[in-house]
Amino acid sequence: MVDILGIGAQRRRTALWLVALTAGLLGTGVFAVGTGAIAIPPATVARIIAHQLSGLGEVTWAPPHEAIVWSVRLPRVLLGMLVGAGLAVCGVALQAMVRNVLADPYLLGINSGASSGAAAAILFGVGAGFGQYALSASAFLGALAASLLVFLIARGGGRITSIRLLLAGVAVGYALYATTSFLIFASGSAEGARSVMFWLLGSLGLARWDALLAVAAVVVGGTTLFLTVAGRRLDALAVGDETAHTLGIAPDRFRLRLLVVVSLGVGVLVSAAGSIGFVGLVVPHLARRLVGAPHVRVVPVAALLGAILLVAADVIARVLLAPQEIPIGIITALLGAPFLLLLIRRLHGGTA
Amino acid sequence: MIQASGVSWRYGAHPVIDGVGVTALPGRVLGLIGPNGSGKTTLLRLLHGALRSPSGQVTVDGRPLPSLSPREAALRMAVVVQENGGETALTVAEMVLLGRGPHLSAFQRLGSADHEIAAHCLARVGAAHLGPRPFSGLSGGERQRVLIARALAQQATHLLLDEPTNHLDIRYQHEVLGLVRGLGTCSVVVLHDLNLAARYCDDLVLLGDGGVVAAGPVGEVLDPLLLEPVYGIGIKRLEVDGFLHLLFHPRQEATT
Repeated sequence: MVDILGIGAQRRRTALWLVALTAGLLGTGVFAVGTGAIAIPPATVARIIAHQLSGLGEVTWAPPHEAIVWSVRLPRVLLGMLVGAGLAVCGVALQAMVRNVLADPYLLGINSGASSGAAAAILFGVGAGFGQYALSASAFLGALAASLLVFLIARGGGRITSIRLLLAGVAVGYALYATTSFLIFASGSAEGARSVMFWLLGSLGLARWDALLAVAAVVVGGTTLFLTVAGRRLDALAVGDETAHTLGIAPDRFRLRLLVVVSLGVGVLVSAAGSIGFVGLVVPHLARRLVGAPHVRVVPVAALLGAILLVAADVIARVLLAPQEIPIGIITALLGAPFLLLLIRRLHGGTA
Repeated sequence: MIQASGVSWRYGAHPVIDGVGVTALPGRVLGLIGPNGSGKTTLLRLLHGALRSPSGQVTVDGRPLPSLSPREAALRMAVVVQENGGETALTVAEMVLLGRGPHLSAFQRLGSADHEIAAHCLARVGAAHLGPRPFSGLSGGERQRVLIARALAQQATHLLLDEPTNHLDIRYQHEVLGLVRGLGTCSVVVLHDLNLAARYCDDLVLLGDGGVVAAGPVGEVLDPLLLEPVYGIGIKRLEVDGFLHLLFHPRQEATT
């Protein structure tokens, strides 16, 4: 059949992008692992990783290089990929849920909750019982509390509409932001305030081979899979609640399910890496530009794009002022803002 | 067949629909007519379950609507609503393919059969050439035709349309309603234009002031004696070439 719908062409385009982005992600990953105070050639990086994974290959490198690649940089790069991918797909879901192109994963106030939790841990030692996970656990509990609060407020009228969700998220976000500020103020510790600020700006510095990385991998993988499978339903929801209903989807129930998945995902990511901005806002738009609007295609493409961008941003954060490390949130915001401006220009161009 | 009995709906304290019953018979086109605010759209929403009536019940082919899962309901009733999703970035083809959703399980992909159905449905509304275009770039009339194509692609046993002739020029008003009539499926159409109702509906329900003023075959309901008090306008009924036509004129009433 002649492709009068233009579907075949788009499928080929998507397949091409998926292949290109997967290759790009691997390349960026190897490059990022090799970059740092001690530069390690990509070929060596690849051989070290292959050796660690399969035990094959001859050891031709200095043992410290192996430690740097495997124990220090690889978990950091992996966490970067997971956080980037997770924020991007959660952004996609939220933009569909509230039908707003400016929605991002932090819209629901989840990061403010995590920040309050982190501030409590850093300044007052809350969650010390969790040992090495004290900071992450406390941040996650904060995120959980924020999501629960948003959910309860948004549900006040019995059903969760997009506008109620937006308002509840903004209100909870501001309240918890104030809580964080108050905690900093009450602690009276300049050093503590500085630590909290660094955490707020995001960092992948906590990455190591631990349970947190595993949890992030499972959550990001699961979220991406769920959102891809739910692609058609997301398409319908993004058009409108009534449309979704006529297409056999209960919009309120579906939005509630999305809310649970997204809250959990964002909560875990923010606990692991602080609130890294702009990735979840900008990447969905980039993905749509590449492969069109259907979520079956947007979700995986956004995941790959987000992963690449965050790893690249982390490299910049590490090398720009080396040996000092710039908080990654500063880099993503600096890179993301021009994208956002472009987007605004395009929006106006579209309606003119 | 869709049957509603004793259904109601109120916005705030104001009842729009109060204890209304309607029956849409198999193979016939039922028109819902009435002035602005008489509850035509609300009644249609009650029929397809976007609103749940606190009283009475709605059955589709004898099964109570609440007992059907959303997907089962979508396989029985395709609906063209007035919400048109103008902000979406989907293409026209993708918009129509959404109509195939109820036929697929969550893990199933759209297949070539779905694509053929979508292309065929677009062709039926004269929009085959629009396939790859972005939906948001279409005119109001083109959008309306695409949404009707989506409802057709849903291949449901009932078709419900909320003012489908909105935004359409005169030719497409007739083509779209002619198409609906030609389908032979049980259809319910909210219509403003009484002459279109006269030509393309089999049965009519005239709504006014919260309830049904008249219901029955077109010839009986389109009676100036019934219509004039409901619409508040003078009406003259003609029959030309075997078709009913209504002419309207302002009522000569004292304004004091």
